[in-house]
Amino acid sequence: MFSRAYRTAITLPPLVWVLVFLLIPYALLFCFSFWSVSPAQSIVHSWTFDNYRELLRVNVYLQTLFRSMWIAARVMLFSLLLGYPLAYYLSFHAGRRKDLFYQLVIIPLWVSYLVRAYAWKTILGSDGVLNTLLQYVHLTQHPLDFLLYSPFAVVLTLTHIYTPFAFLPIYASLEHIPPQLVEASQDLGASPFQTFWRVILPLSIPGVVAGATFSFVLSLGDFLAPLLLGGPSGIMISNIVVSLFGAAYNWPLGAAISFCMMVLVVALLFMSEKLEKKWSFR
Amino acid sequence: MELPLRALESSVTASRWLPWHAALVFGFLYLPIVTLIVYSFNGSGVGGFPPRDLTLAWYRLLFADEAIWTSVLNSLLVAIAAVIISLGFGIPAALALDRANFPGKALFRRLVLLPLILPGIITGLSLLMLFREADIKLSLLTIALGHGTALISVATTEVFAGLQKLDRSQEEASLDLGANYWQTFRHVTLPNLRLSIIGAALLIFTLSMDEIAVSFFLIGRDNTLPLEIWGRLRRGITPEINAISSIIFVFSLFAILIWYRLRVASEVQPEIAAELLESPAQGD
Repeated sequence: MFSRAYRTAITLPPLVWVLVFLLIPYALLFCFSFWSVSPAQSIVHSWTFDNYRELLRVNVYLQTLFRSMWIAARVMLFSLLLGYPLAYYLSFHAGRRKDLFYQLVIIPLWVSYLVRAYAWKTILGSDGVLNTLLQYVHLTQHPLDFLLYSPFAVVLTLTHIYTPFAFLPIYASLEHIPPQLVEASQDLGASPFQTFWRVILPLSIPGVVAGATFSFVLSLGDFLAPLLLGGPSGIMISNIVVSLFGAAYNWPLGAAISFCMMVLVVALLFMSEKLEKKWSFR
Repeated sequence: MELPLRALESSVTASRWLPWHAALVFGFLYLPIVTLIVYSFNGSGVGGFPPRDLTLAWYRLLFADEAIWTSVLNSLLVAIAAVIISLGFGIPAALALDRANFPGKALFRRLVLLPLILPGIITGLSLLMLFREADIKLSLLTIALGHGTALISVATTEVFAGLQKLDRSQEEASLDLGANYWQTFRHVTLPNLRLSIIGAALLIFTLSMDEIAVSFFLIGRDNTLPLEIWGRLRRGITPEINAISSIIFVFSLFAILIWYRLRVASEVQPEIAAELLESPAQGD
């Protein structure tokens, strides 16, 4: 029903824009990763594998990448542990308060990410709210110094930020489960636990996979929480990229790291899409 | 054996720990926000329990702080530009995904959505390289271009969801009755998408006001609000930051209230995050 001219008119402008401002920049990132910096600090546009060799040669890059993945994995795990039961509760037990609770999960998403990370800093600091509270009630004599400037602080803050991201797709998948399936399971004599384990959980796997992907991928690339709360032991891979693009001035090496991250993320997205399809019942 | 038919509500394990777990999660989600607001009134700095010397001094300081308000103004300008760019290209993109077939459509859809799930640092850096190679000076404009481009994803998903609810026979009728495509778009399609578009605009506006990873790399001489706050965090912290954050929180609350009303009104299932990974287009 739509003419060729109409279809061109709606397709061409976004296509061109996305080409110029997304595809070309991502391609440029790839190109930069094969360029180098001259001693006079200008970009040399000739092709070399040196940046990738450097990545494999210097331990700190891979170590930091693995540390970032380990932090992201913990954030993913905790977000799912917090998000899944909450989604399950809302979906099956919250009754009339469901909508209210749902909005309560959404609201923190609208509060600035930076501000929430900052708030954790004021809570966890050595004269922060938590430490002074603990001393106030005489649980501790001295401030606990592992609370801030540690991987712990980064995992805590990122879990706080990404729990709603894990919750949302899980909740959506639970809401999509036809009630008849649950009823049928009960009518056929399954115990509540069996109903959960054999019916509800498998049907919610696509949501779990989506939530896990969100929380893992987004925390993997984070650089503000580690800068603000991580201290030296909480440095993540993006912090290295930031410093390579700043003071260290080695854009090509930074581009190589970023490109590796991008490949990793796209591979994870691809895998999660496959997993979701496999477990989807629609 | 008799199997009583019970209501679905009570039939799934009503474990006693579930409500407690929910309360715990809500406590965890709201603890920093409550702390933030309480300590914006705290006379003796950002830490220290219990809060003491309640005061409005930090708000007074804030209202006299020109650098903050300049950055708020900058952020507003960037957010408005971002809304215009992302809707300007996101609405046609959603229409294209819904009703046009072209080579590379699947790739196009993935590419549009990518900035949402890709760590912001990668999108920010890539654009930085583009502007550098094209010799474009960094400014608020480059930030607006970055936000606008990254948030086309939000506009596209929201409007695409709206299009799925749209009854195409209305457009057909309009075309059959002699309206041209532009008139049909203007008088039939657009009004039907009104709620999705306003919802998307609100979401994009708020996300842009808060965005920092992309702005971090595209910043020129003028700060946006998050970058201004970021700069201050690195120099040492005062409850003035709590104060500005609390004010923004109140505004965000209004935005989300409107946004949620719209969602309910347009009967689109509220699942922001889920839409993004679930492949929206069946027409690949």
